[in-house]
Amino acid sequence: MTRKSLTLYGRKVVGGVAEGEALVTHDTISGWGGVNPMKGTIIETRHELHGQSFQGKVLVFPGAKGSSGWSGAFHLARLTGMAPKALVFNEMTTKIALGAVVMRVPAVTGFDRDPLSVIQTGDWVRVDGDRGTVEVLKSARPPGDEPADQPGDQPGDELRTATAHDVDLVEHPAGLAPDKA
Amino acid sequence: MKLTDAERAMLDGREGKAKQKAMELLVRYAEALGAERFTIATNVAGVPGTYTPFLFNYYGATRENAYDLIYSLFDLDSDEVVEVPQVSVHSCHLQGGVDPEGWEILGAKPEALQASRDSERAAGSKGIEILKTCAPYLAGNEPARGEHCAWMESSAIVYCNSVLGARTNTEGRESTSAAMLTGRIPDWGLHREANRFASHRIHVEVEVESLMDWGMLGYFTGARVGERIPVLTGRYSRPDVIRHKHFGAAAASSGGVELYHLVGVTPEAATLEAALGPSPSAEVIAYGKAEQRRTYEDLNSRASDPNVDYVMIGCPHAALEQIEEVCRLLDGKRISSNCNLWVFTSRAVKAVADSRGLTQTIRSAGGAVLTDTCSAIGQALPPGTRVAALDSAKQTHYLPAIMGIQAWFGSTRDCIAAALTGRWNGVPP
Repeated sequence: MTRKSLTLYGRKVVGGVAEGEALVTHDTISGWGGVNPMKGTIIETRHELHGQSFQGKVLVFPGAKGSSGWSGAFHLARLTGMAPKALVFNEMTTKIALGAVVMRVPAVTGFDRDPLSVIQTGDWVRVDGDRGTVEVLKSARPPGDEPADQPGDQPGDELRTATAHDVDLVEHPAGLAPDKA
Repeated sequence: MKLTDAERAMLDGREGKAKQKAMELLVRYAEALGAERFTIATNVAGVPGTYTPFLFNYYGATRENAYDLIYSLFDLDSDEVVEVPQVSVHSCHLQGGVDPEGWEILGAKPEALQASRDSERAAGSKGIEILKTCAPYLAGNEPARGEHCAWMESSAIVYCNSVLGARTNTEGRESTSAAMLTGRIPDWGLHREANRFASHRIHVEVEVESLMDWGMLGYFTGARVGERIPVLTGRYSRPDVIRHKHFGAAAASSGGVELYHLVGVTPEAATLEAALGPSPSAEVIAYGKAEQRRTYEDLNSRASDPNVDYVMIGCPHAALEQIEEVCRLLDGKRISSNCNLWVFTSRAVKAVADSRGLTQTIRSAGGAVLTDTCSAIGQALPPGTRVAALDSAKQTHYLPAIMGIQAWFGSTRDCIAAALTGRWNGVPP
């Protein structure tokens, strides 16, 4: 398997280190009303990722839009164990800053290169919030070949040794309540 | 970050544990933004300390400790529970999930009503005004021009900035709850004059007059400018409060518009030059007949079944004039037995509607006037609802996604006609 690694340099939004499979979208993401925090899925009708899960993924996206319930929705996703592992985004807004803070996941923005054109869904990505870096281990899959969304189908590679620093503070409460937020 | 002595005292815990936790959160938030200081916020609107059964159970709360517990652990994102003191600035509670009078119509459980009452009592005891509306500017909280605010609710934020000329970013539940205790919010974004100029110009080439016209224009504008600041020029007649409300709400749903300028209308746009500021290189986007038509079709792409079983008015919460219009359009008739009509508004507006007999008129027609919430926020629909008709682009944007139903968009007249006949017969622009 051929793998290429590259690093993007940006600035810290929230510190900590986490890594995982990238989920990339060119659409901005709405929080309240755009995601289901109980299931960790995008529910906005015409969204590129409609129906897909961001749980445990490194979410790579342009930025936040929509309701001021952005932070609340993603905060709730943290409590249900459905939050993304890290955030990589372009456009700084109050919604995304507060959301990243209360999700307590590493977040980086202000990159030297556009992460949306460099990172593809399925790439293994390591986000170092404190250093403001995003290491991208390109997926072995040919570009444009959309990987199937299979949890557990993660490349076992050398970068995974960093999971000790993972700031995954989420507990997974048993018996989650109804689909109401 | 540069902190004043007063802010340092709060952060160090000299003003009590709750203010310390609130400042800790605000510092984390300000640093995430890259803000260098705080501004003093004198008007805060949020949803402090409210809880769903999920949050209540998640934190193992009891009726006695729920408010402080959830305010601490969720709102302030604190790892320890603190005693929540009196708020230190003018603070109000926005919309909630349950109408305390019409809760049975909404299908709420008695436990949900109890939780809402408990939380409301606790919030009131901390000095928080219980307005329970997404349109606080129609219910007694109208900030002054230039006042620094910390508001939630995208439709209220865009109104606060654009129509009133006050200053707020889009705050969230956690930042508003922290601001209520500290009177501070990061000095970033729209708090700074230099960030309030337009970057995009929407040139309106088609007549924009009705409430539906303004909703569509807002929906188009948000989709085109995203988070940026538009200035509108061209053929529109001076909007009233309701048109502003629907335009801004739509623009904040399809995009993230927090501030818009209408030349000769809004307070920071006496002229096009004033709205554009020092770098007048705004991208010009035309809104003509074709764009209007496409926006209408886009909004109506979430429905195919003409049999309407639910009509909702009041997103954002209806003004008194809108309730009057519903009564006029009902014209003494009864709504279809296959259809429900719910009109959502604030308690303040409903009190006036009650005294005018408007609530009774709608009830006699088979509908209901409800407060505090809406179908999207309260996730409440009449049983069996499959197809809704809405006069709000914002509600059309959200409701089908949240509740998995179809929704038509049109004028208030189209919607009330659908309520009377049970059939959608919307008139395109």
